[in-house]
Amino acid sequence: MTAHLKMDKPDTRNRLDHTAQGLIGAGMDRPDGKAKVTGTAAYAFEDQPEGMAHGVLVRANVAKGRLNDIDRDSVLRLPGVLAAMCGPRFLRNPAQGGANEAPVQGSEGIAYLGQPVALVVAETFEQARHAAHMLTLQIDAQEGQTDPDIAGYESPDAKQAQQGDLDRAMKDAATAIDVTYTTPSHNSAAMEPHAAIAEWDQDMLTLRGSYQMLKYNRNELADALGIDPKCVRILAPYVGGGFGSKLGIAPEAVAAALAAHELNRPVGVALTRQQVFEGTMRRSESRQRVRLAADASGKLQGIGHDAYISNLTDEVFSEPVTQATPFIYAGENRVIGHHIARVNRTCAGSVRAPGESIGVTVLENAMDELAHQTGIDPVELRLMNIPDKNPTSGLPFSSHTLAEALTTGRDRFGWDQRNPQPGSTRKGDWLIGMGMASAVRVNILSEARVRVTLMPDGTARVQTDMTDIGTGTYAILTQICAEMLGLPETDVSVSLGDTDHPPGPGSGGSWGASSVGTAAFLACEKIRRELAKKVDADEADLTLKDGMVSYANRQVRLADMIDEEIEIEGHVEPGDTSDDVTQSTYGAHFAEVAVNAVTGETRVQRMLGVFAAGRILNHKTARSQCLGGMTFGLGMALTEELMHDPRDGHIVNRDLAEYHLPVNLDVPQLDVVLLDERDAYANPLQSKGIGELGICGAAAAITNAIFNATGVRVRDYPATLDKVLAGL
Amino acid sequence: MQTKLTINGNEHDLEHDTRTTLLDALRNHLGLSGTKKGCDHGQCGACTILINGRRINACLTLACMHDGDEITTIEGIGTPDNLSPMQAAFVQHDGFQCGYCTPGQICSATAMLEEARMGWPSHVTDDVTSAPDLTDTEISERMSGNLCRCSAYPNIVDAIRQVSEKTT
Repeated sequence: MTAHLKMDKPDTRNRLDHTAQGLIGAGMDRPDGKAKVTGTAAYAFEDQPEGMAHGVLVRANVAKGRLNDIDRDSVLRLPGVLAAMCGPRFLRNPAQGGANEAPVQGSEGIAYLGQPVALVVAETFEQARHAAHMLTLQIDAQEGQTDPDIAGYESPDAKQAQQGDLDRAMKDAATAIDVTYTTPSHNSAAMEPHAAIAEWDQDMLTLRGSYQMLKYNRNELADALGIDPKCVRILAPYVGGGFGSKLGIAPEAVAAALAAHELNRPVGVALTRQQVFEGTMRRSESRQRVRLAADASGKLQGIGHDAYISNLTDEVFSEPVTQATPFIYAGENRVIGHHIARVNRTCAGSVRAPGESIGVTVLENAMDELAHQTGIDPVELRLMNIPDKNPTSGLPFSSHTLAEALTTGRDRFGWDQRNPQPGSTRKGDWLIGMGMASAVRVNILSEARVRVTLMPDGTARVQTDMTDIGTGTYAILTQICAEMLGLPETDVSVSLGDTDHPPGPGSGGSWGASSVGTAAFLACEKIRRELAKKVDADEADLTLKDGMVSYANRQVRLADMIDEEIEIEGHVEPGDTSDDVTQSTYGAHFAEVAVNAVTGETRVQRMLGVFAAGRILNHKTARSQCLGGMTFGLGMALTEELMHDPRDGHIVNRDLAEYHLPVNLDVPQLDVVLLDERDAYANPLQSKGIGELGICGAAAAITNAIFNATGVRVRDYPATLDKVLAGL
Repeated sequence: MQTKLTINGNEHDLEHDTRTTLLDALRNHLGLSGTKKGCDHGQCGACTILINGRRINACLTLACMHDGDEITTIEGIGTPDNLSPMQAAFVQHDGFQCGYCTPGQICSATAMLEEARMGWPSHVTDDVTSAPDLTDTEISERMSGNLCRCSAYPNIVDAIRQVSEKTT
């Protein structure tokens, strides 16, 4: 049986406020926690089948060219080497999120330096690694184009938008801001490098891998191999972080499958950290011009946001920098520009909150510049420019919490202690400053299916191919099902990351918990109806708690009510509520920094994020997602920058010693506040995505604080000490 | 070549390549995959284990160098049914999300508390001659060799502080 919902109408029942188990929202420990802290959770490369051979990928060492062949004989005579391969099915780069088909294939065409073009397989990892170093590639190098500004930009019509007359508004403005910022390429740098183990049984391929969206990955892999998706099973019960880098099937999966097929034995391929940097996805660098036209009171009359980004040829993904600009602030005159250059650099794709992460950040820097120019308090400036409906589409908002986030944060952070005069607070060698920024991220519901089975012993089993990449899927599915069925959390077992299970939405775009959670909710609701039928009661009149069922002054054990499994597949699809209203999550960031007056070094001393994302399903895991997003923002503000060699576009700092993630000492005890909200338009849970909101605008709060501390406005991210020092 | 490794109290006679790192010996040869490979270059700390009680990056040392050493991996720290206090504190404080850096964090934290107990100073210790007071800043500094991209750092500090306070 199935329980289906197309989300066409808001659900105002507040259903989860009327159940009895008391688990929703609670900070329940992750059910997968014990496995993770004891090292018993098996990630992609950790369930190695007997007889597995090791494959190591070999990279192209030119930015553009043609691979004519590989010198197999140079390595096949080395000890332990089993095969050296390249070919038309190799992937040029990973598939983009939700592609559902193979990306550009073929090792012959080289499009960027670092492209994996060959695989060497040997009995052991050491033998394969050595042979991979020894393999000679026969390459004809061609002239590539690695500089976006020299390559030039395309401006697709569909991505340009204009309303009113921004030029006029800028001329008439009491205060006009026209600034250009740049952000560098970024890498997701998930802690688990991409890996895959492929094993064939006749025509059936089983692949253990580290991927975020299995229902698409299965089709992508099948398409890449030219086989029926029914012949592919992907397993990813634990994924060591993703942040967008594992949305699509990637070169190691296809190479492992091809090699395993050729050798008729299991083959595992794990990327090195350097290969992760070069051969997976980068967030595109950006140049952003922001124009703001304000009247004498500070009200915005116009906003312009032009983004210049890049990607490989034949890639549909184009960093949606301006995604929030159409609706975050009021203003009748608006121009959105989007310009993309085609370059021979590592593929650009989704990195945590594609679009808003850098787009909201720069917009919020520009708002800070406007606040400074007008002398209006930065929080007040934002409050006075919150629109009452979507200023571009005219649609109503499903809910709007930006004002509450701003005022809650202002009071909690002690914003009134900030001296608006830059460079006015000094403690010893340290200049102290405060900054803030709004956070905004679109909210999305994605089609999802989950199978929930109530067992005759009164326990429940939950199955979907959905992944938990650290996001807390195991926890929230346990909570939703235990809540709806009135079971202690230990009586619900959740099985994830297996394409034999019903297809979930995949982990991406912050839609995971709400989408897969809704499908589970629907299944449980139907199970409750089936139970109600058995006792001739209304579903709403049943109280389910701790394995007991109460109705009409009677109480029975749930296990005594059922003599066979009740199995329901919940299925949710987005509907009219995705089109009839503007759905978004909101928040506010506040940061206090100390900038060393001698060295220009910035230390973040305090940081607060106030966020609203509908009903919070688990306060502990939701807070952790916010900590993660804010820290990504801290890295973006101060240290993270992929450097492309101007000669051949290659990533110079392709490891964790040179690409600087924030470390423990860089991150103070961050403060997170989650506002209580219900968004009935989002889904029956009334929850919204929280995984990416924390990064949106976070870096701006820090760089705005640097300006307040020093009077130095760094418009070229990251705000490293050399750039700050130059202005001191 | 052959090396006798003592891991979590069990002896293993390992026949291996001279190039095999201790990390790959654990993961690829001995089935002890709780120790993680995040970078293979000593830059991330995911492979942190204890050798004779001291923390070390298992990717930066060769298996053949550890004949006779007492090696402790995450599997020797505790099990799902019998968590160590540090492991239990990580679960309670959500000191992880994806969990991939976690075994390294926990091995590192376990040894770090011992280092502090022995009076070892750190980069942020003001007075290197006195016993270090394990402030949040001290904990953070001493744990900065273990990267966490999910950025559970504040929760990791909470977990370690709790264990530190209970045991001192």
